Amino acid sequence: MRILMKKNLLILLCLIVTFVIVQVLIMNGIITRFHEITIATICINIILAVSLNLVTGFTGQFSLGHAGFMSIGAYVCAIINSRMDSTLGFLIGILAGAVAAAIVGVIIGIPTLRLKGDYLAIATLGMAEIIRVIFLNLKITNGAAGFSGIPRYTNWMWLFIFTAGSIILINNFIRSSHGRACISIREDEIAAESMGINTTKYKVMAFTIGAFFAGIAGALFASYFYFIKPDAFGFLKSIDILVIVVLGGMGSITGSVIAATILAVLTTFLQEFTAVRMIIYAALLVLIMIFRPQGLMGTKEITDIFKFGKREERLNGRRNR
Amino acid sequence: MKKLLVLMLAFILVAGSLAGCGDKNANEDGTKELNIGINYELTGPNASYGEASVQGIMMAFDEINDAGGIDGMKINPVEIDNKSDSAEATSVATRLMTQKNVVACLGPATTGNFQATIPEAIGNQIPIISASATGDEGVTTDKNGKVNEYVFRLCFNDSFQGVTMANFASNNLEAKKAVIIKDTSSDYAKGLAENFAKTFKSNGGEIVAEEGYVTKEKDFMAILTKVKSKDFDVIFLPGYYQEAGLVIKQARELGIDTPILGADGFDSPVLLELAGAKALNKVYFSNHYSSLDKDPLVQDFIAAYKEKYNTDPGAFQALGYDLGKFIADAIQRAGSTKPEEIKNALASTKDFAGVTGSFSMDKNHNPIKSIVVIELKDGVQATSVKVEPK
Repeated sequence: MRILMKKNLLILLCLIVTFVIVQVLIMNGIITRFHEITIATICINIILAVSLNLVTGFTGQFSLGHAGFMSIGAYVCAIINSRMDSTLGFLIGILAGAVAAAIVGVIIGIPTLRLKGDYLAIATLGMAEIIRVIFLNLKITNGAAGFSGIPRYTNWMWLFIFTAGSIILINNFIRSSHGRACISIREDEIAAESMGINTTKYKVMAFTIGAFFAGIAGALFASYFYFIKPDAFGFLKSIDILVIVVLGGMGSITGSVIAATILAVLTTFLQEFTAVRMIIYAALLVLIMIFRPQGLMGTKEITDIFKFGKREERLNGRRNR
Repeated sequence: MKKLLVLMLAFILVAGSLAGCGDKNANEDGTKELNIGINYELTGPNASYGEASVQGIMMAFDEINDAGGIDGMKINPVEIDNKSDSAEATSVATRLMTQKNVVACLGPATTGNFQATIPEAIGNQIPIISASATGDEGVTTDKNGKVNEYVFRLCFNDSFQGVTMANFASNNLEAKKAVIIKDTSSDYAKGLAENFAKTFKSNGGEIVAEEGYVTKEKDFMAILTKVKSKDFDVIFLPGYYQEAGLVIKQARELGIDTPILGADGFDSPVLLELAGAKALNKVYFSNHYSSLDKDPLVQDFIAAYKEKYNTDPGAFQALGYDLGKFIADAIQRAGSTKPEEIKNALASTKDFAGVTGSFSMDKNHNPIKSIVVIELKDGVQATSVKVEPK
């Protein structure tokens, strides 16, 4: 028990130190406003990728609709925040956005999660399109012209709190009995069901939690980038998130974090090479997939690297399938 | 275990944030160069607008630099692509303003992406100008109608086009009954349709039908058959050339031979490809400029452009060219490279002579400029009428 306490304290200490270091660098102007944008993109992408990883990587449900949930969070937060122009309004907006996304997640999850593989992918893709078209035609969202003039409350502090919070919560969920039930569905759905696991329940649960955090990411996005429009949350955005998850490794939170960071930094670096940026970006993805088909981290976490052998057996079993 | 996870997260966050620090500032050695940011859609779905605009801007800058620059200072364009993405546009604007020492930023081309850079312009106090953000609200003014100090544009807005075409239908074509076929998924088309209907009705006309389609549709026979049964004098077709070309072709095939009116979304060689020369008769559209204009300024521009790029310039190239000349003119008049003084010079523009018409800035940083209504005959521009703003 005491060891556990010590460990938690250490985690907290590490978090605070990280936060303070970056905060000091921002205040000294070493991290400029421009670098802050990259940090914001990294944090938002981490939340998106980790939450999608829960659905796709850990529960094994192939979803192409993550941008749809993100857009719900973004629009709800934008609407609330532009009416209530205060930090309280911002926090209410984030919470409302995340809850709205989670509710939609439940409503859509129950019928569609009976589907498998490609069929589920297409159903979730359709769902994201429906959400996009609704936002395109609503008056309150200002239709195709997009919602502008959103006040910026997202800063390093909130980004850090929500990113670290999302990672810790999802990590804890995966390590709980619910999380293990989700992983068993990915490994073999029939076996899981015959062991008495209510597969539909756990699939919907993972889907809803994923949607909730995607809503948070969307809300942070809207509040950081001043402007949102339905087109920004199309099919390609969902693919972008999926690319991060696959690149990092399906079933590795560490992988998602690393991939989100690498891709955001890469995009920023390539900004100035207009002609070749998309070629370099795409070529890099192809190369990584050829040489690391299981993603950068496979299903390993950073903690596994320092503790070989414990999960090795299970990993080998998976690879030989 | 968790400790390591967190340590790693910490490391990544710090490493990631420091990774971008290597940027070199282009102009720290104090050479006599003037950095002007170019934040345009060079890749992605709106790349055709961005590229055309940048071609025009570069042509203007080359001319200015060849003639010795502004007070001996050469213009150094800093061009960064925003992928036609609004978040990327914000990021590029921040980069230009905080890392590249620009005195002003040009672009983006589309209204939405331009809006995404407005808070950065205000925050960093560096003027931004778009040549083609025609959206009505929330561009040069904020949601309370107050003018955004550092935000300018040099094109008319959508409502002005709608009003002009309605007046053109009532006065020049003596139309009494109109049909509107609009792209319901585009805000541009919706705004135009609304303003057209309002003005046309107040001119004593009647809108007999209003039909809609969505972007990327290919078959308009159902709409057109419905429309054909009605009695009307003109069709107003706000939308972009991809769909408008097909609508015109199919309408003419059905035997609808009334005049068809449109806006600057028609301005593309693709319209002719899609509709065919035979269908493009009695087609009128409003535009920023016409190549038929006999003004030597316009003809010189067209000749110079042809020599450089070997094709005819479109409206985006002309607007881009004007934008390049306009910012140079403002810096010259300001007599300073301080963004604040450039902003004041931009705001006090009087009778700037451009290819797309001469204009002055109004108090809301919108140009007061003329609009051109072009008639197509057998697919080519036959006549053009200049309409002055009221």
